[in-house]
Amino acid sequence: MSLIATLARLEAVSTGRAQPSATVRHRHLSERPLVLVPLTTAGEAGAPLGALVGTDRDAPHLLVVPQPRDRDLRFAFLAELAGVVLPYLDSYAEAVEAAERNETDPETGKRVKVEVELCADAPQLILPSRAGVDLVRLLGRSMRFRRTAEQDPETPFPAPPHVPLLGRWLTHFGERARVPGSSLLLAMTDVLARHWATGQSTLEDQHLGALLAWIDPPDHATGAEAALAAELARDPKGQLLHPPAGPATDPAFDNKLLAPAFERYDRGRTALAAARDGLEADDRLGELTAAERAIRALVESRTRPTWDAVWRGLDLLRELPEGARVEERWTRDRWSFTAHRDRVVAGEPPQPRRDDAVTAANKLAAREREQARLEAQEALDDPLVMAGRRLSGEAFAGEVTDVVMAYSEGKRPSPRPLVTVRTDDRPHLGERAKVYRSLGGKPQAAEFVGHEDSPDGTALIVLRVVDKMGRGKEPEVGSVPEKGDRLCFTAFEHEQRGGAKLPEPEDTPWTHGGPPGEGVQEAADPLTAEDVL
Amino acid sequence: MTTVFDPGAAATQATDAILHDTLHGTARGVVVDSPPGAGKSTLVVHAALELADAGRPLMVVAQTNAQVDDLVLRLAEKNPELPVGRLHSSDADPYDKALDDLPNVRKSAKAADLAGLDVVISTAAKWGHVKVDEPWRHAIVDEAYQMRSDSLLAVAGLFERALFVGDPGQLDPFAIVGSEQWAGLSYDPSASAVTTLLAHNPELPQHRLPVSWRLPASAAPLVSGAFYPYTPFRSGTDHDDRHLAFAVPSDGSGPDRVIDEAAEAGWGLLELPARHTPRTDPEAVRAVATVVRRLLDRGGAATSERGPDPTPLTADRIAVGTAHRDQAAAVRAALADLGVTDVTVDTANRLQGREFDVTVVLHPLSGRPDATAFHLETGRLCVLASRHRHACIVVCRAGVTDLLDDYPSTEPVQLGTLVKFPDGWEANHAVLARLAEHRVAWRP
Repeated sequence: MSLIATLARLEAVSTGRAQPSATVRHRHLSERPLVLVPLTTAGEAGAPLGALVGTDRDAPHLLVVPQPRDRDLRFAFLAELAGVVLPYLDSYAEAVEAAERNETDPETGKRVKVEVELCADAPQLILPSRAGVDLVRLLGRSMRFRRTAEQDPETPFPAPPHVPLLGRWLTHFGERARVPGSSLLLAMTDVLARHWATGQSTLEDQHLGALLAWIDPPDHATGAEAALAAELARDPKGQLLHPPAGPATDPAFDNKLLAPAFERYDRGRTALAAARDGLEADDRLGELTAAERAIRALVESRTRPTWDAVWRGLDLLRELPEGARVEERWTRDRWSFTAHRDRVVAGEPPQPRRDDAVTAANKLAAREREQARLEAQEALDDPLVMAGRRLSGEAFAGEVTDVVMAYSEGKRPSPRPLVTVRTDDRPHLGERAKVYRSLGGKPQAAEFVGHEDSPDGTALIVLRVVDKMGRGKEPEVGSVPEKGDRLCFTAFEHEQRGGAKLPEPEDTPWTHGGPPGEGVQEAADPLTAEDVL
Repeated sequence: MTTVFDPGAAATQATDAILHDTLHGTARGVVVDSPPGAGKSTLVVHAALELADAGRPLMVVAQTNAQVDDLVLRLAEKNPELPVGRLHSSDADPYDKALDDLPNVRKSAKAADLAGLDVVISTAAKWGHVKVDEPWRHAIVDEAYQMRSDSLLAVAGLFERALFVGDPGQLDPFAIVGSEQWAGLSYDPSASAVTTLLAHNPELPQHRLPVSWRLPASAAPLVSGAFYPYTPFRSGTDHDDRHLAFAVPSDGSGPDRVIDEAAEAGWGLLELPARHTPRTDPEAVRAVATVVRRLLDRGGAATSERGPDPTPLTADRIAVGTAHRDQAAAVRAALADLGVTDVTVDTANRLQGREFDVTVVLHPLSGRPDATAFHLETGRLCVLASRHRHACIVVCRAGVTDLLDDYPSTEPVQLGTLVKFPDGWEANHAVLARLAEHRVAWRP
C-alpha cells in the first residue's frame, strides 16, 4: 500500500468516513449497464441458486433454480439467463462506426491500413464483488464447450440453445476483466475501493455493504459502526440484516431457511410424480408451485439488498466526473467487444481451455502494458493520484525559476534548454534520470542534471529538455517551459512502448514445446460421480 | 582418509565438460547452473571465444545493457582481434562509451549492419525485435534464470542451439500483473526461461559450477546450505586466504564493534531494538550510513589470494543493499549527509551479478509487522547475502525471528508448479541463526 493510501485510511478511521482517493472517475460507466447479482449453492462449485439481472434498477429479472442439484433446472436457469444477457449484448452489436486498423498484408508482409467496423458502444456487465466476477468465469467455462442438440444430435446432455454462446461471451468478459483499466466487466467493490479509502482493511473492502457503509454512512453513525452493523447485525431469527453480496450465501440462511424450503419442494415433486389421477395431480401441483414460489421469495430477499447496493454504488460513482483518458481506454474495450462479436459471427470455435504459449505470452505482455498505461493515465488525469506519486518520489511539481538556452554539440546543434524548477517535493532522481511532463497531451522528456541549493530549504532541480521542440535550431514557440510556469514532471513514462513481436503459434520454437498442433474440438467436462451429490 | 578438495581442478573439470557438450554435443541446449561468483561471466567469455574459434556464428543474449557492455569489454580484453557486434537500442547513450575505444567492436541499432561478425551481443529486449531469414548457428543466453519465459519465446526462433547460463538461487523474474491463470502450464509466460526450457526438453544436459570464487570460506557454507541445499558448492579460497584489517582501532560504538566482528568472522549483525517502523526506518537507515562512514574512516585494507599486498577498502569496493527503492534512496540521502559518495546503494534486483569487498545490508524484514511473499523471497535474501568477497554486515531490528514464526508462508499452492526449495521462511531462519552468532546489539 502506498504512503498516501495509508494516510487516507488513517484519516478515514479518525473522521469516521471514507476519504476520497480520486477526484475523477477512473473507470467508464455505461449509460445502461447490465447488473448481475448471482447466488450459488453451498457445497457444489458453480451450482447457481438464482440471480437478479437486468438494466432497469426498478424491475430486475428474478431467476431461480428451485433445486440446484437438478441439472435440468440448472440448464433452464442458464437458458433464462442467456435470454436476458444475449439480447442486451446484441443491442450493442448492431450500431457500428467505420474505423481503421493496422494489419499485416499476408502477401507483401507490409503494414497496411484496413477499413473495419468498430461498435459505437459496448455493453457493460456489473457484478457486486470480485467473487461474482470469478463466478462469471466459472459459468463461462462450464457452458462454452456444451453442445446443443442442434449442433450435435448425439450429445448425451444437450444444452438448451444459446447456452454455449452465453458461455463464450461470459468467458470473453471474464478474460477482458483481467486487463487493467478495462471496464467491460466490473466488480462494484473494486471500483468503489479504487475511488475511496475506508478505515478498514482491503480484505474487508470486498464486503459491498461494509464498503458502502464507510463511503456513505447513515446519519448518527460512523463508518466503522455502520460497517460493523452491515457485516454482523442479525434479526431476532438469526438472519443477517444485510445479506452478503454473494455469490456465497450466509450459512444461517442456508440451514434455517433454504434447506427446509428445498425439502418442501422435493417432497412436492415426489408427491406430484406419485399422483394417481388428474385431480390429485392438480392439488399436488399447487403445493409444488407454492413451494417454488417460497424459494423464489427467499432468493429475492437475499439478492434485492445487494441489487440496490450496486445501484447505490453506481449513483455514488456517477457523481464523479469521468477522467480525461477514460474514454480512450473504453475505446479499447469497444475493440475487444467488436473483435469477439466478429469471432462469433465468423463461426470460430469457443476459446480453448488453456492458452497456447504464444497467446499466453501475448496476453501477459498486453496486460503489463495496460497496467503501466493505467498507472500513468490515472496520475495524469487526477491531481490526487499524482499527489500520491509525488509523495513516493516518482514525480514532482513546482515552479520554473530559471530557463537558460543551451544547445547540443555536433554538426547540427539542437536546442537543449536548461530549466530550473523549485519544488517542495523530494523526487528520487538518479544520475541523468529521464523525467516527463505533459505538453499538449504528449509527453516531453527532460534529463535530470543536478540539484542546486536554495536558501529557503526548498529543492531546486535543474533539468535539460531534450525533445518535442521541433526540428530547427530554435525551439518552436511554446515548446520550452518559461519562467513562472507551474509544471509537474514524472519519473515514469506516459506512454508505453510496444513489446517484442512474438512468433505465430504455429511457429512456436523448440524451447516452448514447438507448435501446439491442430486444434481439436474440445469436449465439455465429463460427468463424474462428484457432479451428482 | 578423504582426498583434499582442489577447487581449481574441480572448476576446470566442470568447465571442460560444459565446453565439450556445447561444442561437440548433440543436444540443442546446454544448461549451466552457477552459484554466486562461480565464474559465470568467465565461462560465457570462454565459451564465446571457443565457438568463434570453431567458426560458428554466435549471438549472445544478456538481460541488461550493463551486462551486455560488460561482456563486450571482457571479450575484447581476452581477444582484441575478435570482430564483435554490439546491437543496441536507438535511445540516447545506448551503450557504455568505453566500447568506442575498441577497434574491433562494431556498434549499431540495426542487426543487418552487424551481419557476418563472429559474435553479436545484445539484450533480450532488443533481440526480440530482430528478424532474420537464417537463424544463428549458436547462441549463449546469459542470466537465463532471470529471463522470463515469454522473452525467451520472442528470441528462440533466432538460433538453432544454445548454451543457457544462470544462477537459480537469485531473484526470479516477475510480472507486474497477476499471472495465476497460467500457473502450472509448462510455458507459463511469467516463469523463468530455464523452467520452460527444461519442462519441454528434460533431456538437455545440465551442468553445475562447483566453486564460488567470490564468496569467502566464511560465507560459502551458509549461502550454499541456506539457498542451494540440493546443489552445494564450495568456496575457492580457505579461511586464511582473505583478511580484512583496519588501521584505526574501534571506538567501542555499535557500528565499530560490528565492523570488527564482520572483519573477523565474515558476518556481522547490527541489531537495533525491536520496533515496527515505516519502510524507510530513519534509525536503521542512519545506522547503515554510519557503518559505511566508519568503514571508510577506519582505513580498511583487504588482503586476498589475488596478491600479497593489501588493497585499501575504498568507496567503490563497498555496497549497500536494500529491498525497496525508497529505502535505497533514503540510504543515499543519509550517506550524502555524512559526506559519503561513490558507494553503490541499490536494491537486490539491481545488485544481481555484482561483486564488492564489503556489503552492508538493510534486512528486508527489519521493522516490518508482516512477512509478505515479496520480503520472504529466497532470491532477494540470497542476492543480498552473496555480493561480498570479505564481509557482510546486516542491519536489522530485533524480533524478525518471532515475525517469521508468527507468519508462516501462506502462498497458495498452484497445481502443476514445481515447489521451490528452500522456501523463504526456511532460508531466512537459516541466515538469521548464523547471524545471531555475530550479533552486536546497539541502541542508536
